[in-house]
Amino acid sequence: MKKRGIGISCNTHPAGLKGGGDPSQALIRVKLDGTLDLVIGAVDIGQGCKTILRQIAAEELSVPLEAITLSNFDTDIGLMCTGTFASRVTFIDGNAVIRAARDLKDKIKRFVGSQLGVEPEQLEMADNRVFVRDNPEKGMSMAAIGAAANWGGAILVGTGAFTPGAGQDFDPETGKMTAIASLAFGACVAEVEVDTETGVVDVLKLVQVYEIGRAINPLLCKGQINGGSMMGISFALTENLFPYYPAVDFAPETFSDYILTTAADMPKEMIYDIVEVPHPNGPYGAKGFSEMTASAAPPAILSAIHDAIGVWITDYPATPEVILRALEAKSTS
Amino acid sequence: MKYILSFVLNGQPVDVLAEPTDTLLDVLREKLRVMSPKRGCDEGDCGACTVLLNGEPVRSCLTLALSVAGQEVMTVEGLSKNGKLHPLQRAFHEHYAAQCGFCTPGMILAAKALLDKNPHPTREEIVEAISGNLCRCGTYQEVLEAVQAVARGEYAEVKE
Repeated sequence: MKKRGIGISCNTHPAGLKGGGDPSQALIRVKLDGTLDLVIGAVDIGQGCKTILRQIAAEELSVPLEAITLSNFDTDIGLMCTGTFASRVTFIDGNAVIRAARDLKDKIKRFVGSQLGVEPEQLEMADNRVFVRDNPEKGMSMAAIGAAANWGGAILVGTGAFTPGAGQDFDPETGKMTAIASLAFGACVAEVEVDTETGVVDVLKLVQVYEIGRAINPLLCKGQINGGSMMGISFALTENLFPYYPAVDFAPETFSDYILTTAADMPKEMIYDIVEVPHPNGPYGAKGFSEMTASAAPPAILSAIHDAIGVWITDYPATPEVILRALEAKSTS
Repeated sequence: MKYILSFVLNGQPVDVLAEPTDTLLDVLREKLRVMSPKRGCDEGDCGACTVLLNGEPVRSCLTLALSVAGQEVMTVEGLSKNGKLHPLQRAFHEHYAAQCGFCTPGMILAAKALLDKNPHPTREEIVEAISGNLCRCGTYQEVLEAVQAVARGEYAEVKE
């Protein structure tokens, strides 16, 4: 018999290490043709930080996205960054990039001021050029700035670094503290169908909402949510390194027996929404949230299984064997 | 003992020395330096090494190189024409259907083999066609949407 159920989960996720000691650095330099090199230490593992960090630098410096080349490939000369983990890169590297861009902006204005004989405070930066606020005709394009600086024996480099605070204001009585590292929030509803003859669980529908401060790139956020959902379904239903732990028998050795979700396991309906409540310390209010997209679905799925067949599965994953054993235990008790 | 293997790769005839134990993946990546087929599991489970053999998707890690003599092999390198991306490549790009990109060449070729035979597939037919390709980033929804967009004609072939 096929039985349906609905379950809900709520979760929260910090960006990076809340105890501090989690810095990132960024460096931006103006090249000969006025385009920019952005150097960071974070690795893009597909989440898209190469795009997001360039977007942030382009926004700060009023230059086109295409004018910025991002370099993060050399760990010898690359900058300090604790790594791509814990949804920290947009939040922490993003802040470092903003600081580097603002530092560079100051230096560009001082350089252009000396070239045009005006005070840096009178200058504005917009549309890929720097100009006098009260006389916009008078100014220099980024291409002219790049040529004049680099051929003129100057170097225009902006640097910035950021680390979340160590959270030392923790109040042991109330638990209250200033969450300088971001906290994102999520909720997930899962609808499942359990086949009580075979033990197979189908996830029919996932509805999720995430409060992420600000979606700097909504398409990349969508990718994180849908991708995290597929990982979550995998954790909940199939992936198991030691199915008979603590015994190591039948430990999977290949993708034939360590089962990942495929396109065929995708719920027919995957609905999500993003809520934006800007975080005071995030880059443009953004929080880190990617990792929580993988942890939202599993508890909702196990709750939905309980709703469907009346048994609580308390260990992941709820494989057909686990479901059938639980049903058997229920019927004999 | 090496043999001269002749086949058609992305429309061009190639001759290459191959041992009887070489797989098509070995020959493509290590002898011909065609790098889009990825060596994922190297035992036929993951689909990252998918290439088209006479238009059909096959696991190049399980295909003995000498068995493709005289036949047509296509990899992602053969999709773009005169520097213009294939509709599937553009759709994958614009729908963010590639995250880390490791499964992407196999996904694109699996989708191409489907659309060549069935230009207007249902959701179930697309899902079945790509269900042999694992994606650890979980981009299945985006891949599905990209293939559906191509099937709807939103990415017309660029005129040469």
